[in-house]
Amino acid sequence: MGKATREAYGEALKELGGRYEDIIVLDADLSKSTKTNVFAKAYPGRFFNVGIAEQNLIGTAAGLAAAGKIPFVSTFAMFAAGRAYEQVRNSVGYPRLNVKICATHAGLTVGEDGATHQAIEDIGLMRAIPGMTVIVPADATETHQAVAWAAEHKGPVYLRLGRMAVPDVFGESYRFAPGQAALLAEGADLTIIACGVMVAPARRAADELTQSGLSARVLNMPTIKPIDSAAIVKAARDTGAVVTCEEHSVIGGLGSAVAEVLGENAPVPMERVGILDTFGESGTPDALLAKYNLTVADIVRAAKRVVERKR
Amino acid sequence: MSTQLTPEILAELAKRATAVRKNIIEMVTAAKSGHPGGSLSAADILVTLYFAVMRVDPHAPADPERDRFVLSKGHAAPVLYATLAERGFFSHSELCTLRQIDSRLQGHPDMKSVPGVDMSTGSLGQGLSAANGMALAGRVDGKDWRVYALLGDGELEEGQIWEAAMLAAHYKLDNLTAFVDYNGLQIDGPVSEVMSPLPIPEKWRAFGWHVLEIDGHDYNAIYDAIETAKTVKGKPTMIVAKTVKGKGVCSMEGIADWHGKAPSSEECVKFLAELCG
Repeated sequence: MGKATREAYGEALKELGGRYEDIIVLDADLSKSTKTNVFAKAYPGRFFNVGIAEQNLIGTAAGLAAAGKIPFVSTFAMFAAGRAYEQVRNSVGYPRLNVKICATHAGLTVGEDGATHQAIEDIGLMRAIPGMTVIVPADATETHQAVAWAAEHKGPVYLRLGRMAVPDVFGESYRFAPGQAALLAEGADLTIIACGVMVAPARRAADELTQSGLSARVLNMPTIKPIDSAAIVKAARDTGAVVTCEEHSVIGGLGSAVAEVLGENAPVPMERVGILDTFGESGTPDALLAKYNLTVADIVRAAKRVVERKR
Repeated sequence: MSTQLTPEILAELAKRATAVRKNIIEMVTAAKSGHPGGSLSAADILVTLYFAVMRVDPHAPADPERDRFVLSKGHAAPVLYATLAERGFFSHSELCTLRQIDSRLQGHPDMKSVPGVDMSTGSLGQGLSAANGMALAGRVDGKDWRVYALLGDGELEEGQIWEAAMLAAHYKLDNLTAFVDYNGLQIDGPVSEVMSPLPIPEKWRAFGWHVLEIDGHDYNAIYDAIETAKTVKGKPTMIVAKTVKGKGVCSMEGIADWHGKAPSSEECVKFLAELCG
């Protein structure tokens, strides 16, 4: 097991803080959980805790960016994308300000806190904002690189991070590129497209499928917006069927984004593995992933269904 | 301390304010929509800021060393546009494009398109947070430029205002000066009846701000309050400016209905005559 993407975020921030003097980090009383405390310790003069006030968190970041700073703001995804949605839209998105919203504890795997704290619509909300880049890293390596890219990029970015440790997917040679899918396995019968914590299970599912005589291409899709349309269309043309996997509602997230590309360019049978238009509940992350159909077995079943539909 | 403006500057401000008010009425009439009441109430404050106080250069609107202004009550865009045009940021002739298709002058201020607009605002309650961020940025860099913000009294009903009020006091943002344009009226009627944010000065004092109460149409009082705020250390300053909605046009003054309604062309002629008289 590797580490949580939020851990990698804290480390990356600290490293980037030395390289970019204009980085300012803001948090809303969750700096120990979001790991911005790592930056705060290294650069106390450039860290501001705004207290439990997420609307003001986003608005303050907008003002910092308007004055030339590179603000990184963090809180749980529910509050960054949900509670402060309108501030993100109007104070950051509309003026295209250079604010990096690095939201942690996204998805069901925040666990026992239950439905009120499980952001499962945030990708949909954020990608609907014009000009917003939406990144969902799969592991620590990808997170580190995505945070570094965000610091360099001029414009608003939403980076979705998780609470739990996730397996390492990428080696040190991996290079994150915005708007580009990464090919993790080659296959001919279908393509599995995954993001975030579902990338590792997607790879395992592909391995299991070989025992049923099916070869699956596996794509990691770290940027939901801009999405890699070319890779999706190629996958559809090469393999004729697509399964998407995300720890998010099937409405509005990766599955929706891929369906939009396929529908307009290369319609093929498709199945979406994700949360089926329902709220979560309290439980351990693993129990929740099982109950809400986000396991390797669920991906394998979806793959078999979609291949069946090709015939 | 009492800082007085010279008679020459006072005369200049009065002349500029009349021109700004004239433009507000004309541009809202031409647009057939917009917010004249709360634009007219804030005109004297904006004119004082832009013609007697703020370090801005119309030829270098994005100068990093400039003072910043955030119109948190973004629906008063006409007063900001008219003041910026009067100050030379863009041509007066552009004012008549307000709210029309392809115009830079959007219904609410857009920092990406209009020279001199420091923050995009309009959704109430968000401007003070942005002003905080600017003030923090200036603080981090040890800069001497200052940040000004103008809030509506009805806007104080938004919860985010009080989140921002806490932050500014907590981080001792003495490079930030804000105004409440206290005209007492919001869309549905008197603020005291719709959802009272009163008493306003006491609330800001309780949140840790240095608070001044002035007549928001008295140039000497506005200027003196701003100069006083510059001397206050360790606290942001809130200037609660008692104003009159529709100020300057007798038949618009004190009427909530003129919050967000455009005059007809006949009314426009009448209002302009009242202004000159």
